[in-house]
Amino acid sequence: MKVEAKILLGLGLFFGLMCAVYWNWSLENAGGVMMFAAMLLGFLPGSYYYWWSRRMKQRPEDNPQATQTQGAGVVGAFPGSSIFPFVMGMGAFFVVLALVFGIWLLVPGLGLVVWALLGGTAEGRRGGQH
Amino acid sequence: MTDVLDPPVHVEPHDGGHEEHHGPTGILNWLTTTDHKVIGLSYTVTAVIMLVIGGLFAEIIRGQLATPNGTLVSLAQYNELFTMHGSVMIYLFAGPFAFGALANIIVPIQIGAPDMAFPRLNALSYWLYLTGAITMLSGFFTAGGAANFGWVGYAPLSNSLNTPGAGADLWIGGLLLTGFSAIFTGVNLVATIFYLRAPGMTMFRMPIFTWNMLVTAILILLAFPVLTAGLIMLYADRHFGTHIYSVAGGGVPVLWQHIFWFWGHPEVYILALPFFGMVTEIIAVFSRKPVFGYKGMIFATLTIAALSLGVWAHHMFTTGVVLLPFFSIMSLLIAVPTGIKMFNWIGTMWRGQIWFSTAMLMAIGFLFTFLIGGLTGIYLASPPLDFFTHDTYFVVAHFHSVVMALVLAGMAGLYYWGPKITGYLLNEKIGKAQFWFLFIGSQVFTIPLYILGLQGMPRRMAVYPHDPQWKMLNDLSTLGAVLIGLSTVLFVVNVVVSWKKYPAGDNPWDAHTLEWFTTSPPPHHNFYRLPQIRSERPTWDHNHPEHRALHHGEHEPAHENAGAKQ
Repeated sequence: MKVEAKILLGLGLFFGLMCAVYWNWSLENAGGVMMFAAMLLGFLPGSYYYWWSRRMKQRPEDNPQATQTQGAGVVGAFPGSSIFPFVMGMGAFFVVLALVFGIWLLVPGLGLVVWALLGGTAEGRRGGQH
Repeated sequence: MTDVLDPPVHVEPHDGGHEEHHGPTGILNWLTTTDHKVIGLSYTVTAVIMLVIGGLFAEIIRGQLATPNGTLVSLAQYNELFTMHGSVMIYLFAGPFAFGALANIIVPIQIGAPDMAFPRLNALSYWLYLTGAITMLSGFFTAGGAANFGWVGYAPLSNSLNTPGAGADLWIGGLLLTGFSAIFTGVNLVATIFYLRAPGMTMFRMPIFTWNMLVTAILILLAFPVLTAGLIMLYADRHFGTHIYSVAGGGVPVLWQHIFWFWGHPEVYILALPFFGMVTEIIAVFSRKPVFGYKGMIFATLTIAALSLGVWAHHMFTTGVVLLPFFSIMSLLIAVPTGIKMFNWIGTMWRGQIWFSTAMLMAIGFLFTFLIGGLTGIYLASPPLDFFTHDTYFVVAHFHSVVMALVLAGMAGLYYWGPKITGYLLNEKIGKAQFWFLFIGSQVFTIPLYILGLQGMPRRMAVYPHDPQWKMLNDLSTLGAVLIGLSTVLFVVNVVVSWKKYPAGDNPWDAHTLEWFTTSPPPHHNFYRLPQIRSERPTWDHNHPEHRALHHGEHEPAHENAGAKQ
């Protein structure tokens, strides 16, 4: 996890320096704000990963000598199928169409989104379908 | 819950190590699947359809320009065509093909993962992409036609006064949906690569393609939210009476350009880096050598990505309100890591036993074409030269050299990984014919455009003055576009002719990385067993223990407790 942390921290450092140079040199603010945000996107997860990497046990994927048996066991929940991403996608589709063709399309759009949120959450609690 | 990475070591299939999938079948399977391979295949088919649609628009554009006062389409239709050609190719083909299609299928398998980290989010990404594509293209069926302000949507041309109608709104809406699709895919790729690698698959053992996809995913997370915010503000200007991009209300039109290109230039690398990764894998496999300068490649990729976010305003030199030296220096610097990559690709081939398969030919074609596109990009990083060539066909030629290089690389990827995905090889003879049509067509298409640009022909014009040389150059470019179109026809013919004809086996190329260790196509959750991972070439190490990678300080392979011997 240390390498992952260093990549993100390096990113944050680069954009921090760039932001400082650009902010002082240029005459507009948009670029500086965007680089400041990019710096945060590097530092926020990067510092969390770094903090965590110093406290956690070495993971098998970070160990160059790890054997496959060290990765045995449950690695996560991977549902084989679910209708709710499709429902959510259709809901988002109708929401966007509502922006163009009429606010009434928000009714089926948001309806589908809420259905997908509730159904997907319930499905997740059950562990998903295989 | 599933327990997939549970093989005893690497050889004996483990009873509990995998599971059969008993989900829905047919259309319901397609609607409900969360398997990254099926989703990736859906992305592939959709993206190739988008390539064909965008290609048809290009053929009509070139048909119109074959004569100085072309009448194939009206001026208004021409505006719609070049707008939607660019939009379809950039937003709906190149990006989704790279990070939606191939990355989705290949990355989890390359790192020994059972699936993407968030399978349902992955499925949602696809549905947002598909509905975004339908939304954007449906503009053609509205009364006012599709969006017609160029694929960059510059304000104030894109406001409701200059571009009224549903077509522009559908363009914005479609882009919002595909943007969220990209962001979700970015999140998924980062989480998958950070958390689902197999034991022993350290970061510096990951294949270059996976590395490039990680960096691409981070770029997506940095760049796409900015575009999304910009689009919401554009929509607000069009419908809610705000004046964010309008001088009349105290807004700043050039702010759109800053926002658009802060996304738009990293987008160039979001498109390019995955294809760089594909080419790296292919060149190494078909040169029978490891990647030359593996770590150098990774650091070059990271450097390109970082620099790409600091060069956006080189697209805006002629606005007169940008910091020319800053953006010029940063843009020129990108040539350094890109040059390192070019050097390493050649270094990988150097003294290798090169196998000129279709995939390898396409990869070599990429090197030539990308070199032309890259070098002309360096010209454009210089403000005095950019002032001279801005908005001329020189710029069009430059980025078409780059994207044609990416099409060559994408085709290389399809020929290389297609057998892994489908279980069947494509016909090599037809593939090689396709390569020559595509490669020669790309050069015949773009090189006349460079000359036209240097002679001052402006882009986005449906008609041009009667000049015999301009006509001849335009005709040549049209001929190139026809050759490229024929190459696409050959690809479709190849798919039909080769359909389930040439079984591929698990590793038809004697390739290096983990995806070639599993079956073709891979089973549900990808692996029945995994080899020991001791280098960036675990499958090669397993299949060729006598030639496996040596550890630091190690001299005799027999001393190593190799995975194959356990």
